[in-house]
Amino acid sequence: MHSVVLTKGVPDFREGQVSFDEDGHLERGATPTVMNPNDEFALEAALQTKVKQGGQVSVMSMGPPGYESVLEEAMSVYADDLYLLSDREMAAADTWSTAITLSGGVEKIAERDGQSGEPDLVFAGFKTADGETGQTGPQTSWCLDRPIVTHVISLTVDDEEETLRAKRLVEGDANEIETVEAPLPAFVVTDPDFEPSYRRAEHRLRHKRLKAETEERVEEYDEHLTTWSAEDLDLDPDFIGLDGSPTIVSGVDPIPKAPSEREATTVAPDDEEEMEQLIDEMRPLAGGE
Amino acid sequence: MTDEHEHYEAVVVGAGPGGAAAAAVLARNGVETLVLERGVEAGSKNVTGGLVYAEESAPYTVDALFPDFREEATERPVTDYYLHNVAGEQVETFDITDLHEHDTEWSDAVLRREMDSWMADRVHELASETGGGLLTDVRVNGLLRDGGEIVGVTCDELDPIWADLVIAADGVNSELARDAGLMDWDDPDEWFQGVKAVVDVPSEIIAERFGVGDDEGEAHLFSGDLFEGVRGGGFVYTNEDSLSIGSVFHLDSIVEQEAEPHQLLDNLLTHPLLADWLEGHYDEVEYSAKLVPDSKKAANPSPHEGRLLAVGDAAGQMQAQGPIIKGMNHAVSAGALAGEAFAEAKLRGKPEQAGDLYERKLREEGVMGKLRPKGYRVASALGEREPVANATDSLLTSPVGRLGVRLLGDRLEDLYSSPYLSQIVPDTQTPYVTLPTVIAEELGERVAGEADFEPKDLATRIGDLTYDTDVGNPHIELLDDSVAASGAAVTACPVSAKDFGGGCYREETVKTNGSEQKRVSLDTQPCVECGTCAVVADTDWEHPRGGKGVEFEQG
Ligand SMILES: Cc1cc2nc3c(=O)[nH]c(=O)nc-3n(C[C@H](O)[C@H](O)[C@H](O)COP(=O)(O)OP(=O)(O)OC[C@H]3O[C@@H](n4cnc5c(N)ncnc54)[C@H](O)[C@@H]3O)c2cc1C
Ligand code: SF4
Repeated sequence: MHSVVLTKGVPDFREGQVSFDEDGHLERGATPTVMNPNDEFALEAALQTKVKQGGQVSVMSMGPPGYESVLEEAMSVYADDLYLLSDREMAAADTWSTAITLSGGVEKIAERDGQSGEPDLVFAGFKTADGETGQTGPQTSWCLDRPIVTHVISLTVDDEEETLRAKRLVEGDANEIETVEAPLPAFVVTDPDFEPSYRRAEHRLRHKRLKAETEERVEEYDEHLTTWSAEDLDLDPDFIGLDGSPTIVSGVDPIPKAPSEREATTVAPDDEEEMEQLIDEMRPLAGGE
Repeated sequence: MTDEHEHYEAVVVGAGPGGAAAAAVLARNGVETLVLERGVEAGSKNVTGGLVYAEESAPYTVDALFPDFREEATERPVTDYYLHNVAGEQVETFDITDLHEHDTEWSDAVLRREMDSWMADRVHELASETGGGLLTDVRVNGLLRDGGEIVGVTCDELDPIWADLVIAADGVNSELARDAGLMDWDDPDEWFQGVKAVVDVPSEIIAERFGVGDDEGEAHLFSGDLFEGVRGGGFVYTNEDSLSIGSVFHLDSIVEQEAEPHQLLDNLLTHPLLADWLEGHYDEVEYSAKLVPDSKKAANPSPHEGRLLAVGDAAGQMQAQGPIIKGMNHAVSAGALAGEAFAEAKLRGKPEQAGDLYERKLREEGVMGKLRPKGYRVASALGEREPVANATDSLLTSPVGRLGVRLLGDRLEDLYSSPYLSQIVPDTQTPYVTLPTVIAEELGERVAGEADFEPKDLATRIGDLTYDTDVGNPHIELLDDSVAASGAAVTACPVSAKDFGGGCYREETVKTNGSEQKRVSLDTQPCVECGTCAVVADTDWEHPRGGKGVEFEQG
C-alpha cells in the first residue's frame, strides 16, 4: 500500500507567533511557517493505513525551499519519503494551478523506478489555515481522475478487495455520519474529526515500532527528501504558478486591529463592594436585566 | 481476516516488577509475550517506599533478570539502616543495619516511574523478538471466558485477546485476581496503606546532612507516638537528589482511629529529626498513596485458576518483615517463577499444568515460607488476641515494664535486629506504638530541631498532581452512600479529609422532608487510585481506562 499525503506550509497563526504589519497585513518573513494543522489528520490517516496494511507513506508539498521544515515535521509523523515541488515558476499559484502541480508530482511518483507504481491512496487535509478554500484537495483529485471521499472521520482499507470504506461527516441541519465505499486508487480528504483507531495489539505494536524507526529517520530527513522543479515534472509553464491561476483577488479586508490600549480596573476578589459594582456593570453586557 | 481474533501465547497484565520479571523470563524462553500496562508509561501508576532487595536466598533477583539494573534504574544503595523510637521529642535510635543486611545481597532505593519505565524498555525489546511486545495505555478490564474457562483478556481499548497463559501482575487492586476469585477486598486488616511525599533535596545537602558519599544511602524508620496511635510506621529513604518520606499503616487501624493519612505524614515531616534534615530544603514535588497487601494474611497459597497465574501484589505477596518492607523482590521472584513454570509446562506439552507447577515452585523455592511465616501464625494466634495484647501493653507501660526496658538497654537493639523475631511480631499496638514509646521515654535523648516550613496542604498536594481526567467515565461508583457503609472513606481516603471540601469523599448533611441525614458523596476527580475505598467503603471500584487518571512522575 502506498499513500501520498499532500501538505501545505502555512503561517503559524498561534498566538505570539504571528506578526502583522501596521495595515494588518501578515508579515510572512517574521511569521514562522508550519504544517497546516488540518493536514495532521491526513497524515494520521495515511499512518493508519501503513500500520494496518503495511507499505509506505510519501509526503508532498509545493512551496519555496523553506518548506523543508514543514516536511521535516511530517517526517516525525512516520513518513518514508518527502517530496518538495519547488520552482519560481510555481510561485503565487491559486488552488487550481496548485492542483495541477501536485497532480504532476503524484504522477511522477507513479512513474519512478522501483516504486510500487501508482499510489493507492492520496490524502489531503481539509482546508488550509491561510487560504481556507478547501479546494486544492478536490481539484487535485479531479486532475488525477480519482474517486474522492471527503470529510472522512474514519477509514478502513481492504487490500484484497482493493476498496476503502470510510465514515464521513455530512454537515447539514444535523450532523450525520455516512458510510461509503470506494475502489482504489482513491483520493481522501480527512475531516478535523478524523480519529485513527487501533483495536488490535498487533497494530499498536507496529505503530510503536514505526515510531521508534522514525525517530532515527528524522535526524537525517534530508536524505529522504526529493525536490522536483517544473521541468522535472514536465509541466507547461502556462498552467502553473501565477500564469496558470484563473483566480483573481478582488480585494483584501484588513483584520481589524485591537485598540492598542484598553482601560483596565483591578478588582480585589474579597472586596465585596467592588465586586457588587463590577457585577452591576457586567449585568447589561450579559443580557441580564 | 480482520474479524479473526488475536492470540498470543502469553499475555502479561501490568508492567510493575512482577509483570516485567514474568515477561522477561517468558520472552527469553521464546514464548510469544504481550505485556499490557494501563499507565501512559510503565511506572506512572505506581508508588513504592521504596527499597528494592536482592535476597541471597531468592530464586531470582531483579539485576539477574535485567543486567545494568543497579547502574541505570536505581537511586542509591542503602548502606545504613536505622530505627527511631519516638516519644515526642525524645528519640532512641537503633542501628538495625544487620537486620537489613540479613539474607541481602544488595538493596537500593528506587523511584518507580524511572525504574519501571527502564525495565519496560528492556521487556519490550525482549518480547518484540517473540512477536509480542509491551503496550502502555491499555487497561485490561476482565477475563475472557469461553464456556466458563479463562481463555484470555478483555480490554477497554482493544478487542478481546486470546492467550494460553494470562499473568495477573496488575498489582494490589488486581481486577483480574478478583474476577477469578483469587482475592477479595473485604477485610481492612489484610491491607496496609502507604502514603508518601517525594521531597527534592540537592545531592550535596544529602551528602552533608546524612554523611553519605555518592554511592551510599540511608534508610530511617520511625515508630512510637508520632502517629496518633495508628499501627504502622514512617520511613525516610535517600534517593540521588531527593528523599522519599512516607508512612505505612494497617488499614484497619487507620479506619478505627479515623486517622487522616495526610496528617500522619505531616506529623513525620515536621518531626524534629526531619526538621534538621530538611532545614531550608523542603521542596515537596509529589504526594502519592497506595495500598499494599499484608502477605501474612493475604498471600494466596494457590494463586492460579486455569490459565491465569497471579504474581506479586495481585497474589497478596507483599511481605512486611517487621520494619522491613519487601514487595518488589517477591513480585520479581514470583513473576519469574510463573514464567518459568509456563515455559517448562509448555516444553512438556502440558501448558495447562503451568499453574500447579508455579504453586509448587513458590513453595519449594521458599517464597511462600517467607510470605506466610509459620512462626507468625503461632505468635499471632496468641499475641493478637485482644486481652493478651492489652495485657502486654499495660505490662510494658507499668513501672515493671519500664524497668525491664531500661535493664535490657543495648540488648534491645539486638532483639530488634533479629530476623526471626521481625517475622513473627504480632500486629498489635505493642510493637508499633507502645514499646517504641516506652523505649524512647526510658532510653531516648531529646532532639531539638524545629521545622522551618509548613507541610503543603492537601489541596496543593492534589493540585500538583497530573491527571488526565476521564469525564463521563467514573471508575468508582458509591453503592451505599450511608455513613455507616461508606463513611470510613471520608477520613481514610488519602486525598479526602473530614473538614476538607475538595477530596474524593465528603460527608454531607442532606435534608429530606424535615429530617436530616448524613450521607457520603463521591467525586473521583482527585483520586490517586490507591484502592482504599474499595476495601473500606461500599463501592463498585475499578481502574480508570488506559492512560487516564493520575500520572505519577516519581512514584
Ligand atoms: C508506600 C509504600 C512503600 C513500600 N515500600 C516498599 C519497599 O520499600 N520495598 C519493597 O520491596 N516494596 C515496597 N512496597 C510494596 C511494593 O511497591 C509492591 O509490593 C510492588 O510494587 C508490587 O509489585 P507488582 O509488580 O506486584 O505490582 P505493581 O508494582 O503495583 O504493578 C502493577 C502494574 O499493573 C498495572 N495495572 C494494574 N491494573 C491493570 C489493568 N487492569 N490493566 C493493565 N495494567 C494494569 C499498574 O498500572 C502497574 O503498573 C511499598 C508500597 C507502598 C505503597
Ligand atoms: S477515592 Fe478511593 S481509590 Fe481514590 S484516592 Fe480516595 S480512597 Fe483512594
